[in-house]
This record gives sequence, structure tokens and C-alpha cells, in this order.
Amino acid sequence: MLLSMEHLRKEYPNGKVAVDDFNLQVDRGEFIAFIGTSGSGKTTTMRMINRMLDQTSGTIKIDGEDISKMDPVKLRRSIGYVIQNIGLMPHMTIQENIEIVPKLLGWSKEKRNTQAHKMIELAQLPDDMLQRYPGELSGGQQQRIGVVRALAADQDIILMDEPFGALDPITRESLQSLVKRLQEDLGKTFIFVTHDMDEALRLATRVVIMSRGKQVQVDTPENILRHPANQFVTNLIGEERLIRAQPNILTVSQIMLDHPASIRPEETLKDAIDRMHDRRVDTLLVVNDQNVLQGFVDLNDINRLTDVTTPIKSFTNHDVFYVQADSLIGDTVDRILKQGVKNVPVVDKDKRLVGIVTRTALVDIVYDALKGAPESDHKPASPINADIHATATKEGGDSQQ
Amino acid sequence: MMHFFATYGTQLLSKTGQHLYISAAALFLGVIVAVPLGVLLTRMKHGANFIISLAGVLQTIPAMALLAMMIPIFGIGSTPAIVALFIYSLLPILRNTYLGMQGVSPTVKDAAEGMGMTWWQRMTQAEIPLAAPVIMSGIRLSATYVIAWATLASYIGAGGLGDFIFNGLNLYRSDLILGGSIPVILLALIVDYLLGKVETLVSPRQLR
Repeated sequence: MLLSMEHLRKEYPNGKVAVDDFNLQVDRGEFIAFIGTSGSGKTTTMRMINRMLDQTSGTIKIDGEDISKMDPVKLRRSIGYVIQNIGLMPHMTIQENIEIVPKLLGWSKEKRNTQAHKMIELAQLPDDMLQRYPGELSGGQQQRIGVVRALAADQDIILMDEPFGALDPITRESLQSLVKRLQEDLGKTFIFVTHDMDEALRLATRVVIMSRGKQVQVDTPENILRHPANQFVTNLIGEERLIRAQPNILTVSQIMLDHPASIRPEETLKDAIDRMHDRRVDTLLVVNDQNVLQGFVDLNDINRLTDVTTPIKSFTNHDVFYVQADSLIGDTVDRILKQGVKNVPVVDKDKRLVGIVTRTALVDIVYDALKGAPESDHKPASPINADIHATATKEGGDSQQ
Repeated sequence: MMHFFATYGTQLLSKTGQHLYISAAALFLGVIVAVPLGVLLTRMKHGANFIISLAGVLQTIPAMALLAMMIPIFGIGSTPAIVALFIYSLLPILRNTYLGMQGVSPTVKDAAEGMGMTWWQRMTQAEIPLAAPVIMSGIRLSATYVIAWATLASYIGAGGLGDFIFNGLNLYRSDLILGGSIPVILLALIVDYLLGKVETLVSPRQLR
């Protein structure tokens, strides 16, 4: 465990409790986002990690070592620090800014110089920018420097306090990509304070939602979207975002139809035609005794045959496209739509048939996600299924293929 | 004019030298006391205003009275003059140092501390360089004051260009009065110009 925070409490002399019983275990390489309204204690908590603030009680350990027993100056040099208003030294060149912590640590001039060139490359900025002053750079460029400066002395943990809050949306997005890339490529651990939910969900491996000094929910972005702990979290995420996030949190099993029309290989052509007629569909899924998907039969193939007693297995089409029940819609929707098929069988881990997804149901989800708002008569989750049932039956009946 | 230089040329040079020495010494003392004091004041939660007001009160003592007050303590000569002028130089430097340090953006201070600079490193590498232009303008202001007031130092036997002026006043000799005043004015202007250059030199490069 890289960073361990236990029962942290911060109480100010005036009796205001800023952080109350905060617990968090952070593994190497994690990207933790602290999110909450202002005054929720997120920045206070972050600032206790590099002892810019001291906790009233509780312990913080880095690699098992209690930081309250460490020299705060040494501790801070080992932790990257990026703040909202950039905090570059205006009287120093970009190179001098990047070299601040390496210089404090007593690195040689050559080593610092090499590192500065490496860092500017990491920031995806031209090398000659090293000799410029912060005032000559745009806000986005300055914050790129701010980010790589925090990595210049090879710090393991990087603290970021709303680093992109003051940037315009496009610049913010490119900075987010930079940070995400650094986290993934360099395996750095980020503690990131933000009030931007999109940012938290996009970047974090785990999100810590805080309110009035307490942790409300600590989980992965997917789980938070799937199961918001309470109304506060739901409000913080926002109804619209929950709907837009559906492709990424709904699984195939949540939108599929149960009991698709199926047939066994040993049944005859007559059985197949009867069943198609009963269910008003033009294809049947072929499954064996264990309900394992074998393929499908299509009405067009059947028409050309005369002998109605022929077993189904002799004209089963084995070339069947299917999806796993527990896969996310967001991951499968493209594949399904590109296949150009109307219906896709859904199977479990053992390839047993569990349901069917219609193209119509998928299109509905994609449409909602793009539009970002629910239709008046259906809410997220279960009511979607009701709509699908209606459209699916209709489509099955009209189908000619 | 030529006659004046022929008669008083050497004297003028030595008096200018004295004048410059008294002013520079007073200013130097003022800088080494007021700048660190101003820096320390920014660390104090209370008392900063009190100390700045105190320096303000010292500033209001009439120059002649202050010089006279120095005689019982330091006798006559350049020492009491330097001490008195030093006291005058304090306020502008102290106040500008304090304001300059206060004016350093909290973000920069936070970043400097958060990156692991010690207090001394924060002061010498971040805050003082950033406050330098404001501090320098305080020093410039003090320098002009001190050069002007050093004229009065002649009154307590410190020498300097004031000697010409006081002699001129006593003897009703306008050439001596002008011969003392004009060099003082020139001196003040030149020093101000040079310190202005220094001010630009210590200012962070800012291109916007």
C-alpha cells in the first residue's frame, strides 16, 4: 500500500470540523479523484498528505512510514504538487521552474538539464520554450509545465488541486489527456481534487465523493454511475450524466429480451415453421440440450426445402454473431451495429443462450446517450426494457430477411 | 561661474564626497535594517501595522530636531548625521518591503512551500526576488530623501554640500547657496536614475 490514510480528522481552533474520519488506502498507480462541493474538505484532505496542513488526529502513512514523523520539507520534495493557478515562478525561466525540486535535492547541473529537456518533451511542448518565461506562455502551456514540473524529481505521488479549473474546456481536455497518459505510462499515483464530475469520471480509477468533511462514497467511476450511494451522489452526478453514461454502465443483460425463440437441432423443419409462425419471427436460434447456442435457422433458407421432416441441424447456419450477457453496451454497440444484423443472441460464460438484443433497443440507448435526456415516458434502467419488448415484437413480425 | 569653480572646485569635490558618504552610509544601514524587518513583518499576524506606524512617527520628527537630538548621544560629526538619516530612510523601505512581500501571489507562495522549499529558500529564491521591484522603489524614494536631508547634516558638523548652503546663508552669498544646492539636486537625480536602472534590473522579465 503506497498511501494509507486512517481516521483522519481536521478540526480548526474555532471548532469547525473540516474533515471527519477519513479513511483511504491507495495503491501504486491509482488515480484518485476527490470530488465534492466547496467546503467538503477535499482540498483540506489533500493538503494533509504533504503536510501543508497537519491533521488533528489520525495517521497518514506513505510506504508504511508515518509522515507526521518526517521532515515536512523532505516529504514535500518527494511529492509532486500542482495547484489551480499554476504556481510557476514568474521570475524564473521554464527550465528553472522545472528544475526547482531537482535543484533543491542537489542534483548536478547536467542531470537537471537532461531532466528539463525530458520533461518539456513529456509536456509535448517545443524544446526552445525552456528559455522562455511563464508570462510568455498561454495558460494551457503554463499548466502543462506545472504538471511536468511535479514529475521532474521522479516523485511517486502527485497531488493536484483543481489544476484545470481555470482553463477553457478544450485546453482542459488536452491537459486531462496529458495527465491520464502520464499516469498510465509512468505508473505515477495521482491524488486529484476537482469539482468537475466529468473530469473525475474520465480520469480517476477511483472517485472519493465528499460532503461536509465526510466520505459519502468511494468507488470506481463505473460503480458510482451504476449505484450512486444516495441522493446527494445522484445530484452531484446529475440525471443527464447518468443517462449519457448508460452505454458504459448498462450491461447487455439489462436490455436484452428473455426467452428468445429457439429450437433444438433434432427437431424438424415443421416444428421450426410452426414456431416461427407462433412467435411471429423469421429466424430461430438453435440450441442443444444444455441450451448452448449452436447457430440459427433463417426462414429464407427453409423456403427452398420441401421435406418438412428434415431435422433442423442439417440446415443450421453456424456462423452466428453473439455477445456476452455481462459485457457493457458501450463496448459492444459498435460491433453489433456494424454487423448489420437485426437481432443478436446473448449468451452467458458457457455460451448458453440467455436472451436476445434487438437493434432497436440499442439504437434507443445510443439515441438517449447522444441526446442526453430521457424521453418523457421512460426513466433509466428497467422501463427501457418495456419499450424494447414492444418494438422488438413489432420488428420481428415485419421482418423479411 | 568659472571663478566659482576656480575658488571652490576642490572644496566642492570633497564636500560632494562627504555628502555622498553620509547619504550612502545612512541608506545602506536603512536597507540592511528595514528590508529584513519588512520581510519579518509579513510573518507576524499582529504588530506589523504597529511597527510601520512607529516608523511613520519617526518620520514626522522635524529633521532639525532629530539631528539636534543626536548630539547628546553621538556628539557632533558624521556619525549622528548618519544615524538620523538612517532613521528617516526606514519608513519608505520598510513599508515598500512589507507591501511588496504581501503582494507576492499566494499561489506562488503555496507552490514554493508545497515543492519543499525551506523558509529561507522561499524568501531568497521566490518571495524577495518577486517583491524586489517594490522594495527597490522604496529604496529609491529613501535615497532621494536622504540626499536632500543630508544637507542639514552640515548643521551638526557632518560636512557635506550643506556647508556651502549654510555659509551662503550666513554670508548672503547666493553663489555659495546655488553652488551647494545645484550639486545636491544633481546628486539626487543621478542616484535616482541609477537606482531606477537597478530596479529594472531586478524586476522579473515580464512580457505580456
